[in-house]
Amino acid sequence: MSSNIPLAPLVGAASPPVKRPRGWPAANALIGGGLLLVLIALALLGLVWTPFDPLRIDLLSRLQGPSVLHWLGTDEFGRDVFSRLLIGARTSLWISLLTVSVAVVAGTLIGMLAGYLRGWTDRLLMMFNDALLAFPGILMALGIMAIIGASKYGIVLALGIAYTPSVVRVVRGTVLSLRELEYIEASRVIGNSELYTMLRHIAPNCLAPLCVLATSMFGWALLSESALSFLGLGVPPPAATWGNMLASSRPYIASAPWLGIFPGLFICLALLAINLFGDALRDRLDPRMRK
Amino acid sequence: MSSTNVLLSVENLKIRVGEHGPLAVDDLSFSVAPGEIVALVGESGSGKTMAARAAIGLLPLPMQVCGGRLDFQGRDLVTAGTAGLRAIRGASIGMVFQEPMVSLNPALKIGQQMSEALELHTDLNAGQIRERCLTMLRRIGIKDAERCLEAFPHQFSGGMRQRIMLASVMLLRPALLIADEPTTALDCLAQLDVIELMLELTREQGTAILFISHDLSLVARYAHKVVVMRHGKSVEQGTINEILLAPKAEYTRQLLEALPRRGELAALPASNGPLVEVDQVCIEHPGPPSFWGKRQYKRVVHCASLAIAPGETLALVGGSGSGKTTLGRSLVGLIKPCAGAIRFKGVDILKAANRTHRLQCQMIFQDPYSSLNPRMRIGEILAEPLRHEPGLNAAQRRERVAQTLRDVGLGEQFVERFPHQLSGGQRQRVAIGRALVRHPQLVIADEPISALDMTIQKQILELFERLQAQYGFACLFISHDLAAVERIAHRVAVMHQGEVVEIGAREQVFDYPQHPYTRQLLAAASPLEKLADGGYRLRPASF
Repeated sequence: MSSNIPLAPLVGAASPPVKRPRGWPAANALIGGGLLLVLIALALLGLVWTPFDPLRIDLLSRLQGPSVLHWLGTDEFGRDVFSRLLIGARTSLWISLLTVSVAVVAGTLIGMLAGYLRGWTDRLLMMFNDALLAFPGILMALGIMAIIGASKYGIVLALGIAYTPSVVRVVRGTVLSLRELEYIEASRVIGNSELYTMLRHIAPNCLAPLCVLATSMFGWALLSESALSFLGLGVPPPAATWGNMLASSRPYIASAPWLGIFPGLFICLALLAINLFGDALRDRLDPRMRK
Repeated sequence: MSSTNVLLSVENLKIRVGEHGPLAVDDLSFSVAPGEIVALVGESGSGKTMAARAAIGLLPLPMQVCGGRLDFQGRDLVTAGTAGLRAIRGASIGMVFQEPMVSLNPALKIGQQMSEALELHTDLNAGQIRERCLTMLRRIGIKDAERCLEAFPHQFSGGMRQRIMLASVMLLRPALLIADEPTTALDCLAQLDVIELMLELTREQGTAILFISHDLSLVARYAHKVVVMRHGKSVEQGTINEILLAPKAEYTRQLLEALPRRGELAALPASNGPLVEVDQVCIEHPGPPSFWGKRQYKRVVHCASLAIAPGETLALVGGSGSGKTTLGRSLVGLIKPCAGAIRFKGVDILKAANRTHRLQCQMIFQDPYSSLNPRMRIGEILAEPLRHEPGLNAAQRRERVAQTLRDVGLGEQFVERFPHQLSGGQRQRVAIGRALVRHPQLVIADEPISALDMTIQKQILELFERLQAQYGFACLFISHDLAAVERIAHRVAVMHQGEVVEIGAREQVFDYPQHPYTRQLLAAASPLEKLADGGYRLRPASF
């Protein structure tokens, strides 16, 4: 390239953003946000109304396929799958959201401290962090669950702690590259304190990688919850979550495929919604992407 | 010119951005004869790089040639196709890129990279290739050539890497060398070194050079022919003497006019005692820690002493790695010296936690693209230093920000904008505004103009002078650009390998340099001077 500012305006002009009506959000925001709203609405609906009592066992109508009466079929105890999905939506989404929040908040704090302070703080924190990273997330969660016991908030804590090390890594890396930039030095020359510099100049610029990581972590959390359920450490039955519904469908995968398909589909949709929404959020929070 | 005597001919070349986008290069025609040095000169966005890249078929997407001819040795390059171009690239047309730090693959040994092209384009066996590489490395003055083949790029300085890059390109004896700002990232001594080497090698092999540059004085020193480009069009072309002695186009005159020249300086206010005194300061950089956590320290500034009077501009010049930036940063407290004293108004800033010093000392950084937080509005950026200015209410702060924006030549409408909406020059104005909004007494300017275009450099220098006259701050102007220094500095200090080797009034240092290193620096620069009839010429060395 010919200089430090290589034809940027021309290249920018070459690929105009996809045309859309003024004031309309981008397609990913529309689809992601719409899907997310529908899922949240379903979860709320489950609080006040379900077609059947999700916990009522009716052995006479067990393993029925989708029908007018049971829209999405019934499970091995004759419980209505649709009702259980509605009830489970709340538990699953809530657990994943809390898990991701725990990991992001803890990881960001630790990562920023390590990256900004450097030196011994960094070395100690990262030594500990890397040791944790060496364990598979699910194994760590299992260990923590064994200590604090199986419950809804036990899962949140266990998965949250298990996911924190990867957030720490990402945030620390971002902070390390940011702190070499001249506007961080400029902030110190102005006379700002380290804490102010960290909060005002470094933290907001970590948002983009964090958004991407958090949205993909949301998906892992949903699936890990089902893995924990599968191992008998998830939300204890008979309470429904998408994860334990998926897990308990395994013996019937050939005879009653709807038992696995519908919870799986909901998990897919939730992931899609969160990922699209996360991308849109990242763009929205970046002034460079705004018109 | 007969067609046999043309190596590369470009006729009515048009390059478009995408299918229907704007033209990046519009109706450009020029030709390069064998052995000739032709310079494409222009500012960023003028299309000079795109024109050269088209000749080697390396246009970045979505750029595409949409008209005209590109003939190289009688073959049309536009229709040559990928296979045809690959036979020409490297073998007949070589290219040297701007950034030596990223143009060599850090994962491959120098030997592997040098032999790559020979393996591709010649039938030599491994032994012969190695022999050729060794000969070339010795030719470019590398003493231990065998070891160099086994070394990795990070073991060399920027100047050395550019030499190696040049050597590996010239190994194939191309008929044409495209040099895209090959020395812009280097300091002036390394620049001279690389260019002289490039000229020697090409002269030996009869290679023509298509030299892309924004630096007219450099071009004036080396090129035979010049094509001045603006907005994708050729504004003026001719031999270097035609362009310099009688520039026809208005834009060419603007470019020449933008080159800084020694000018009158404002008289200094009378003062008793210096504003800042740097007394025998030594600074060490920690090296990488060894396994047991013990660090090796590398001394980058040796017993440097200098003083700046109120309202004075002291320029600190030197090559890269001379310690000038480190010394400047220690003045604002970003780096702590390991010995010596820095006194601000007589008080040692290292001993006492000196708040007044912090508040009255500001810094302007080199790169306007990384010195502004991309998530803050210009108004917020300018208001930030005022947090530490007690006794200002919100309205007064807003007024101060607006006043500063007017001072640096930006309107108040910029308050709501984000940095990415501004050009490089505008950003640097904001950076200057941020440094001045608290009305400091000392400003450290670390290469404030070297990332900017020629005409923008001129504007920023003028702005700087005007603001200094208005607010009367003293300035440490750190630069490797001697022409700019000659224009605005009252006094000049020369640093070499961490030591201040010479310090004196501008006229004294430029006209009667004492230290051999200063002489070397001055000889490496190629200032243009204006003649009485409106033309320009290279100024002969006066010592």
